[in-house]
Amino acid sequence: MPILKQLSVFVQNQPGKIERLTSVLAENKINILAFNIASSGEYGVIKIIVDKPELAHKKYKEAGLTAYLSEVLGIVMKDKPGGLNDVAKIIAKNRLNVENAYVYVPKSRKNAMLIIDVRDIKAVKQNLEFEKKLKKR
Amino acid sequence: MFWQKEFETMKRDKLEKLQLKRLKETAALVYNKVPYYKKLFKAKGVTPGHIKTLEDISKLPFTTRDDLQKNYPDKLLTIHHHDTMRLHTSSGTTGKPKAVFFTRKDIDVAANNIARCLTMTGVTKADVLQNMMSYGLFTGGLMMHYGAEKVGALVIPSAIGNTERQLLLMEDFKTTSIHLTPSYALYLSDIFEKKGPAFRKKIKLKRAYMGAEPYTEETKKKIEKILKVKVYNSYGLTEMNGPGVAFECEYQNGMHLWEDSYLMEIVDPKTDRPLPDGETGELILTTLTREGMPIIRYRTRDITAIIPEKCKCGRTHRRIMRIKGRADDMFIMRGVNIYPQQIERVLMSVAHVEKNYQIYLDEGDKIKVKVEITKKLFDGNLEHLKKLQADLTEKLRTEILVRPSVELVEPGSLPISEGKAKRVFDNRKIY
Ligand SMILES: [Zn+2]
Repeated sequence: MPILKQLSVFVQNQPGKIERLTSVLAENKINILAFNIASSGEYGVIKIIVDKPELAHKKYKEAGLTAYLSEVLGIVMKDKPGGLNDVAKIIAKNRLNVENAYVYVPKSRKNAMLIIDVRDIKAVKQNLEFEKKLKKR
Repeated sequence: MFWQKEFETMKRDKLEKLQLKRLKETAALVYNKVPYYKKLFKAKGVTPGHIKTLEDISKLPFTTRDDLQKNYPDKLLTIHHHDTMRLHTSSGTTGKPKAVFFTRKDIDVAANNIARCLTMTGVTKADVLQNMMSYGLFTGGLMMHYGAEKVGALVIPSAIGNTERQLLLMEDFKTTSIHLTPSYALYLSDIFEKKGPAFRKKIKLKRAYMGAEPYTEETKKKIEKILKVKVYNSYGLTEMNGPGVAFECEYQNGMHLWEDSYLMEIVDPKTDRPLPDGETGELILTTLTREGMPIIRYRTRDITAIIPEKCKCGRTHRRIMRIKGRADDMFIMRGVNIYPQQIERVLMSVAHVEKNYQIYLDEGDKIKVKVEITKKLFDGNLEHLKKLQADLTEKLRTEILVRPSVELVEPGSLPISEGKAKRVFDNRKIY
């Protein structure tokens, strides 16, 4: 189960604000892989998965934006009926405390990935790795 | 430690008797020597003879900043300027500055009050005081310099700025005490943080005197933590001799105002009604010993309250609270007097937002507080932001008794506040 870097950016809900985020990425030839907006009305938090997260973080800071870089879990969804159901099972089984989730479709377009923002990602990752080892035995 | 124990711990009745004697003398002096004051007295139908008790001060006219500017350069002097020794000025928000003249005795009294302040916070002749205030027309530099010399401390007149040199002096001459503005102290704190604990170990600093600008308790705590010093709050204004009008003692709980030099009153800034000890209003000061340019009932525009309780240190001169704000900044919302500093204090304690906020007063007595989100506050979690917003709203409501709407905005979206930035935008119609 891969761990990805996610950028969270604080934005006010005003015309042109999101365009500013994407233009910084475009100027620096950074590709957006997944994008999600959580809004409270007046302001919101935009979550972005890009191909060069550290560079994007640096460029956002230089542009005066409030950006936060964190790790998220990616769960591969099989592109077949019941794919999402499998993921739901994983979430339940591992008691993941999901704060936010959205879908990421890789370039290969083989399997979509569900990006989930969980609390205490390190512990979650350890559990998952441990279970994998158990299965292999 | 006391500089002048018998004066500093003088019994209240004796102190008040001394105040009354000096008030009568001061009133007579300005009435007889300053035509402008004679005119003001006559307009109120009073003469110095009307002063029988200290309460009678409320019969006398106020002196405003405007009066000082109108009488620029030297029309409020009781003597020819040949007989004065020093000039300081204080800039007004508009127009001419306010010029204040000092005789040899006036400077001596001011320096003596500062000597009391320094001594009560532990300064002796063995100390090294680095005076990081601008020297010149502003009283912060020179007056503190004279006060520290009186104590016999080694004074380094480093003035403000050139931080690398300040640090070098601090290290090489083992500075124990610094005198500076809160904004410079915050800047210095950043530098100390960057240089790390090894650098702090080389520095012998024990205490910092902060004044000239109002600041919050949170700012003080932050500076105490980073610089590892005790911060003593200092209150003063050029019109009243500059620093050391009121000063914190070792208990750091309110500032003792030297009542043998100044008669203090607290009045409601809107109605001019005198307020009892403990109530918040505008501080009014009358000089009691000044020869060259005495000032009667000066409207400081500073908002504070007199602390009624006795201080543990034994000094009988009453304390005033940290300056809550400027009377000019005050606004009224649903009948409640509100100062921007109250809002700032809450923002600092909840969110460490420091200076990046604005207050909007809108039609229907609505108050909106815009707060810039800082890097420290943002962890990518929308729920945390909502919680912060709710916390701020609730704490502000408790402080100002009106429920505000709190808006979180991006950093840099509010104008950077250099000194006296505009914080309050009143969009209400005036009926
Ligand atoms: Zn005390």
